Parts: sequence; C-alpha cells; structure tokens
Amino acid sequence: MWKWLHPYAKTEQAYRLCSTLLPWFAVASLLCLIPGLIWGLAYAPADYQQGDSFRIIYLHVPSAILSMGAYSAMAVAAFIGLVWQIRSADMAVAAIAPVGAVMTFIALFTGAAWGKPMWGTWWVWDARLTSELILLFLYLGVIALYQSFEDKQQGSKAAGIMALVGVVNLPIIHYSVEWWNTLHQGATITKFGKPSIAPDMLWPLLLCLAGLAFVVGALSLYRLQTEMLRRELHRPWVQKLAGGNSDAV
Amino acid sequence: MTAKLTGLLRRDLALAYRQKAELMQPLIFFLIVISLFPLGVGPGPQTLQKIGPGVIWVAVLLSSLLGMERLFRDDFNDGWLEQMMLSGLPLSLVVLIKVAAHWLTCILPLLLVSPLLALFLNLTPPMYQALLLSLLLGTPLLSLVGATGVALTLGLQRGGVLLSLLLLPLLVPLLIFATSAVDAAALQLSYNGQLAIIGALFLLALALTPLATAHALRVSQN
Repeated sequence: MWKWLHPYAKTEQAYRLCSTLLPWFAVASLLCLIPGLIWGLAYAPADYQQGDSFRIIYLHVPSAILSMGAYSAMAVAAFIGLVWQIRSADMAVAAIAPVGAVMTFIALFTGAAWGKPMWGTWWVWDARLTSELILLFLYLGVIALYQSFEDKQQGSKAAGIMALVGVVNLPIIHYSVEWWNTLHQGATITKFGKPSIAPDMLWPLLLCLAGLAFVVGALSLYRLQTEMLRRELHRPWVQKLAGGNSDAV
Repeated sequence: MTAKLTGLLRRDLALAYRQKAELMQPLIFFLIVISLFPLGVGPGPQTLQKIGPGVIWVAVLLSSLLGMERLFRDDFNDGWLEQMMLSGLPLSLVVLIKVAAHWLTCILPLLLVSPLLALFLNLTPPMYQALLLSLLLGTPLLSLVGATGVALTLGLQRGGVLLSLLLLPLLVPLLIFATSAVDAAALQLSYNGQLAIIGALFLLALALTPLATAHALRVSQN
C-alpha cells in the first residue's frame, strides 16, 4: 500500500517531487493570501467591540495555528526518519524547523501588537502566550542542536530526536501552563459546529490560513531542496543538475 | 544480568565517590545562587517566603544541569559507552542505571542541604514538607529528561550551554507543578494533586526517556 512512497527515500526522487510541487504551492499561496488579506483587512466588517484593531487576527490566528502545524509536520518527518531511516525525512526536519520558528515569532509579535490596544499591555504571562513562547524555545533548541553538529547527517538525526521529545512534551506544557494562568480569549475557529465568529469574518480568515499554510509548505520545500543539494554536493545527480561534468569530482 | 547491572551501579557510585570535588561544585553553586536572592530582592521575610519555592526550584534546575554533563561525558570519551553498546546488555537499562547513580550522587546532596534553604528563605514547616516531597518526586524526572539531553549533545565539543537551551523548556511543567505544590502548602491547602501530576510525569519519563536516551547515544556514537 505504501510502495509508492519508497522511491522518495532517494533524495534525487524527492528533489524532483519538490520541484514539481513548489510552483503549485507558490501559486496557491498567492491565490489564497492576496484575496484573503484584502478581504480581511479592507472589506470584512469591523468588530463591534474591538473595532478595526481586531483585523490583525488575519495574520495572528493563521500563524499561531501554523506554528503548531509546522511542529507536528516536523515531528512526523522526524518519526519517519527515525523508524525507517529515510534520509530525506531527516533533512525535512532541518528544513521545516526555521520556517516554524518564524511562524511562532510572527504569532507572538502580532499577538503583542494586538494585546497593546486590547489588554493595555504588550505582554502578559497568560497561558497561551506562554506556551507559544515555549514552543519558540523548543524550535530554537532543535535549530541550535542541528547547527552545532559539523556532520549534518548526525545533526539532523539528533534534531529529529529532540523534535520528538518536544512533541511528547508539548501537550504537557500546554496544559500545565493553562492550568497555571489564563486570560486569553477562547479559541475562535476550532469550534467547528458553531464558530463564534461571523461568516463575513470567518471566510477571509480561512483564506489567510490556507494561504499561509501554502507559504509554509513552499518555504519548507524550497529549504528542503537547498538542504538536499548542499548535503549531496558530490553526488552525481547534483553534478548533472548543475550542468557540470559528473566525472569531474 | 541483574548481577551485571548492580555491578554497573557500584562502579558508577565508586567513580563518583572518588571525584568528590567535582560533585561538590554544583552543590556549592546551588547554595550561592540561593543566597544571592535575599541580597538581590531584599531580606524581608515575607518577600523571601513568597519567592522561596520558585527560587529553590529554579536553582535546582540550573545547578543540576551544570553537573548533568558528567552523566555520560567521560564514559563517552574513553570508549566505555561503545563497549556497553557491544556488550549485549540492553542499552536503555544501562542508561537507567547510570541515571540512578547520577541521581544518588549529584541530586541527593541537593535534597540533603534543603533544610538549610528552608531556613534561608523563611519557609514554614508545611511549605518545607511540600518542597521536599516535590523535590523527591521531581528530581528523578529531571535526571531522566536530562540524560536524553546529554546524550544528544555528546558528539559536540561544547555542549554545555546548548544542553540548558534544550532542556529548560522541557522542564517548565515540572517547575509549574512543583512550585504550585509549595504555594498550596503555604496556604494550608492540600497539594496531593500537584504531587500526583509530578509522579505521573515521572512515570511517563521513566518509561520513555531511557529509550530516547539509548537511541540518542547510538546517534552520538555514530
């Protein structure tokens, strides 16, 4: 059943797959993000309580969701790399981590900018803010661990283990922090039955979410390609790709 | 196999006993950090009592991370770990033995000096009791998670700062529940719930981290 996946363990095949997918992701992200942002920032109705400043939700919520989504993707890649010893999965861990860290940072930054007019302060030690901050620390840990190794193959394996240890810990951290202190408003769009947000505001939000998800996908694919090229610089397929003579090295 | 494993434990304890100076350093660091706080925030007994539990737990985390590297560093450098991997003994059990020895030699002294800290930071007897219980349950968890971090950074020349960077975020839940147990004790409330959660985390770590550590050691050994 999973046989079609096996060829992608070979970096050459995985590289080709990335090349095919990348333009689609890029186009899809533009198609979702541009209308989503224009709709959200200019045409969606203002919030009856928060006025226009709620519009930052169109960046804040998608980036917060994707910060966690990217971590899960990284953990899945780490798991695949650990269990089936697939090198391209190990590389994906290293490729996704910085993208996820940037998403986490965007979520924290827009959250601070939103908190100032609403709560009157840039930062409070609220449960969700704190667990997002710790998520950023976990990302930084994975990146730092990967960067410290000279041998990138060993480094990405170690980073993969760290990502898995982190993913076991994330729910524990989340609930412990929630129990510790909470002030943040409840989740807006996870209640799929009856979202506590007007449809006029929900649609642009979902568009932005999809658009940003495609951005994360595209950036990860691009980074994964770079990673493969850099690590397999001396392999014949890279030489051929670069137009060089494969006998040269 | 049991005989082999107890032999390992005895070896680790003997090694630690012969390097007493190295064992003392984290302990002294711990005492110094604790005594810096009254100097920094003022000696008011009320203030000290309020920040005491948090200060002690943060100091425990920092000073135990300081000594954590000894857990595998020497054995890794002189090839002992490689021999262990070849020996046929389950590596995760070896890890567990080493963690137990490390806890007995490096962490237990911290617990033994803790009555002194209760005096320094003006903790009431119920608070101290809660602190001691949370330390008893929480520090083995700390050692187990720490072992994974050490195993991951073994292949690096200087893993010290990186180790804290990796481990401290993972230990946030422990800090939260442990200090909240002591805070509850200060208000004469029951703190069984917090202790139960720390105990549950400890059991989870006991089941999972030896496997992760063993795998990380294999990666580090390459």
